[in-house]
Amino acid sequence: MSRQFIRAAAVASIAGLAALPMAGSAVAQDTIKVGILHSLSGTMAISETTLKDTMLFLIDGQNKKGGVLGKKLEAVVVDPASNWPLFAEKARELITKEKVAAVFGCWTSVSRKSVLPVFKELNNILFYPVQYEGEESERNVFYTGAAPNQQAIPAVDYLAKEEKVQRWVLAGTDYVYPRTTNKILEAYLKSKGVKPEDIMINYTPFGHSDWQTIVADIKKFGTAGKKTAVVSTINGDANVPFYKELGNQGISAKDIPVVAFSVGEEELAGIDTKPLLGHLAAWNYFQSIKNPQNDEFIKKWKDFTKNPKRVTNDPMEAHVIGFAMWVKAVEKAKTTDPDKVIDALPGIEAPNLTGGISKMLPNHHITKPVFIGEIKADGQFDVVWKTDGLVPGDAWSKELDGSKDLIGDWVDKKCGNWNTKTNKCGS
Amino acid sequence: MTRAELGSTRRWVFALLALLTAAVFSFEARAQGDAAAYAKALALFSNDSFNDTDTAISGIAASGHPLAAQIVGALQDGRLLFSAETKKVLIKETSGAIIDAGTGEKLASEPAGLSNVRLNNRLRRSVEAALGTLTLMSPDPVRRLEAANAVFKSRDAAALPAIEQAIQKESDARIKRVFSEARAAIILYGSTAKENEKIEAISIIRDRGDQEARGLLAAMPADQTPGVQRAQAEALKTIDNSLAAWAVAQNFWYGLSLGSVLLLAAIGLAITFGVMGVINMAHGEMVMLGAYTTFVVQEIIRTSAPWLFDYSLAIAIPLAFLVAALVGIAIERGVIRFLYGRPLETLLATWGISLILQQAVRTAFGPTNREVGAPHFMSGATQLAGLTITWNRLWIIVFAILIFGALLAALRYTTLGLQMRAVTQNRRMASAMAINTGRIDALTFALGSGIAGLAGVALSQIDNVSPNLGQGYIIDSFLVVVFGGVGNLWGTLVGALSLGIANKFLEPYAGAVLGKILLLVAVILFIQKRPRGLFALKGRAVEA
Repeated sequence: MSRQFIRAAAVASIAGLAALPMAGSAVAQDTIKVGILHSLSGTMAISETTLKDTMLFLIDGQNKKGGVLGKKLEAVVVDPASNWPLFAEKARELITKEKVAAVFGCWTSVSRKSVLPVFKELNNILFYPVQYEGEESERNVFYTGAAPNQQAIPAVDYLAKEEKVQRWVLAGTDYVYPRTTNKILEAYLKSKGVKPEDIMINYTPFGHSDWQTIVADIKKFGTAGKKTAVVSTINGDANVPFYKELGNQGISAKDIPVVAFSVGEEELAGIDTKPLLGHLAAWNYFQSIKNPQNDEFIKKWKDFTKNPKRVTNDPMEAHVIGFAMWVKAVEKAKTTDPDKVIDALPGIEAPNLTGGISKMLPNHHITKPVFIGEIKADGQFDVVWKTDGLVPGDAWSKELDGSKDLIGDWVDKKCGNWNTKTNKCGS
Repeated sequence: MTRAELGSTRRWVFALLALLTAAVFSFEARAQGDAAAYAKALALFSNDSFNDTDTAISGIAASGHPLAAQIVGALQDGRLLFSAETKKVLIKETSGAIIDAGTGEKLASEPAGLSNVRLNNRLRRSVEAALGTLTLMSPDPVRRLEAANAVFKSRDAAALPAIEQAIQKESDARIKRVFSEARAAIILYGSTAKENEKIEAISIIRDRGDQEARGLLAAMPADQTPGVQRAQAEALKTIDNSLAAWAVAQNFWYGLSLGSVLLLAAIGLAITFGVMGVINMAHGEMVMLGAYTTFVVQEIIRTSAPWLFDYSLAIAIPLAFLVAALVGIAIERGVIRFLYGRPLETLLATWGISLILQQAVRTAFGPTNREVGAPHFMSGATQLAGLTITWNRLWIIVFAILIFGALLAALRYTTLGLQMRAVTQNRRMASAMAINTGRIDALTFALGSGIAGLAGVALSQIDNVSPNLGQGYIIDSFLVVVFGGVGNLWGTLVGALSLGIANKFLEPYAGAVLGKILLLVAVILFIQKRPRGLFALKGRAVEA
């Protein structure tokens, strides 16, 4: 027996093993498949694993209620391993091989951009649950996370009004979300009369861990005699050393508050929060918000995960809303056919976990309340401010020259970037 | 009595004294009419509105009521409660007893339906300012210093009489200086003081010379006489000059600190790559294993022996070394020894091992970050003239130097070190001298891995303890070893420090992203010129 043969046999047997679960799922014909496209390994696993669990929890809950259209739902979980091209491959696999009715997934903008052509080509639905930089409205994508006007702009307004901040540090990780958000914020602040010398913009690489110089720079920037605040779009793991350095260099929230857009309950679970007391985060949901829906959700979630310490966070709530909307739209369209569901979705309403009713808009974004929370010693947030009602998400920022005339409207105009000046689709 | 009990007693005694001083004040200065103002201010707390709470704080602080300091203190610690139903405000003492803030009576039991009076940052500042004014006369010097700093920040004109009185009584020179700085701050922001008073105040602030002083001077109200404005501009210039000089020293310190981190991460690699020639892509994961060992040690200490917490790192150090070294032996015996002399295969195999280790840790501990606490002596910072030195960085520098020294000594003076050097210089000759080269290979690899584990203990203090911890350091580590010169520990030291310092001097001008790129380009150019790094090995070893 040649060596090649053994090797081929080994490969074949591994492939066979991998094929087994698929064979198993093919037996149950009468189910509706839902794809879950979140990284379970690699750098993004830290955030995305929870969302995979959330989807399993939601699908389990829906099945207990009898499923959708009289059929049980079946979750198909794949692991794109924090690898952007793999996201596209796995999305294709979900749609063509598994024939899923819709996909819930992605976290980073680059992963969304990577799967976008696949969803367009194969005409399927993606629910994207994370706050992002906006400037996009696609027919096949439903954005249940916050657009910049649902997170960044209200946060800056709060700081200017409540904390009387006049000097701004925009600190972010060097990639598309912070860069676009900071561009929008810079334009917004300047339109409010903030002078260019009162804005400091700073970018750091992914996973930056040595924050000594930057924290010292922030401290120095804060000595001009004007109230200073940091608006942080620092992503993922880099936050922990950043906050540690702030604490060690003695910058407290009373002197220079930091408002973060990517730090939630989940991220705080890995930090000693005592030095962070009073630093802020802007989200559309906090675990600490008291109301019956949220209490029930938290209880069920802890039971489902069998972990009484498990926290909930904003992107989880986005999946809760998105999933409820999808179920309603499927029931309204009486089919899982993507074209019909896409048409049924705008106008669908679903309760969010903070006591309001969110609505899917024609631009495929949703209405959300905005909360500003201060970090408490137990790693939770104390809501110190919220918007009066729900804020509709803008696909295109009103602050940027290139996009202020654009709107997304998939109901009347059937166009993601309709120019209201020229009345034409496409800038 | 445990420490916590001692603290609470001390706080209690202090509260009592503060209460007495406040009482004396109130009898001296104020009439009975204040009782109504006090009750009115107190009731505002129960509205659960930040604006009302703010009014209430200033009302309470100005009322001179005997309970004022206690109320504001309780508010700061989150021990001030209110009942939305009965509109009563209650103080929960640290002992757990409940006092009605309106009457001062102790309640038998905690009524139902209480919530905390909530604070935001603005209110925390108000609380700090109010407490500062109320505790200027505290018998506890630490509290007096805090109070003085709080007044310096709040520059509340109402505190002026109290602070002048406090300056008279103060015996501690350091606190007295802060008192006079606080007084100067009030004078500068008030409108009543004369020109010469203000100029004198400016010189006091100028002598303080730190960033807060600069901020204070820069934000002075604009309507000043020309003399004051001149003094202000000159003082700002003086402070800026001295701050700029200190900034250079501070950069150097940051560079040293970054260098020590690089040294820690790279020194294990200097053994496995530098001495043995194995391209070990799993080196970063050894660092990660060390960090996770620290986490496990702390977790056990937290649940079973909390009093040992300050020693947790000391306990973790040998364990992290052992864990990483054992995994190192397993990798060497299991995989690498079959691949000596085939660098490409080694690279791929160890890269695979690194992925396996990462996923194994992710499965065992979960994908999220794990919290590794800092022992008491490693948190916070100290001010050395114009330098801010954070304790954790200082200890890491010390730790890196110790490891470097120990490793150098081990290679120089132990039998194992002698045999290691023999094997690397001439494997066949060493073998002929009855050295078991296989065993030495395994031990050398274990030593390199173990040292990476030690680095993990240190890095757990400044970075995330997550499965990805090692990835962030692997490229930098190779950079340091190659730059410093393969096979030379001193080269690694010099390489790490020079890269660290260069990085920190570039960063303020080029930014973190560009700074790193520039450094990489510089190292590539350098390697073009000197392919063997800073300290090239000479002689027979080179050919091996």
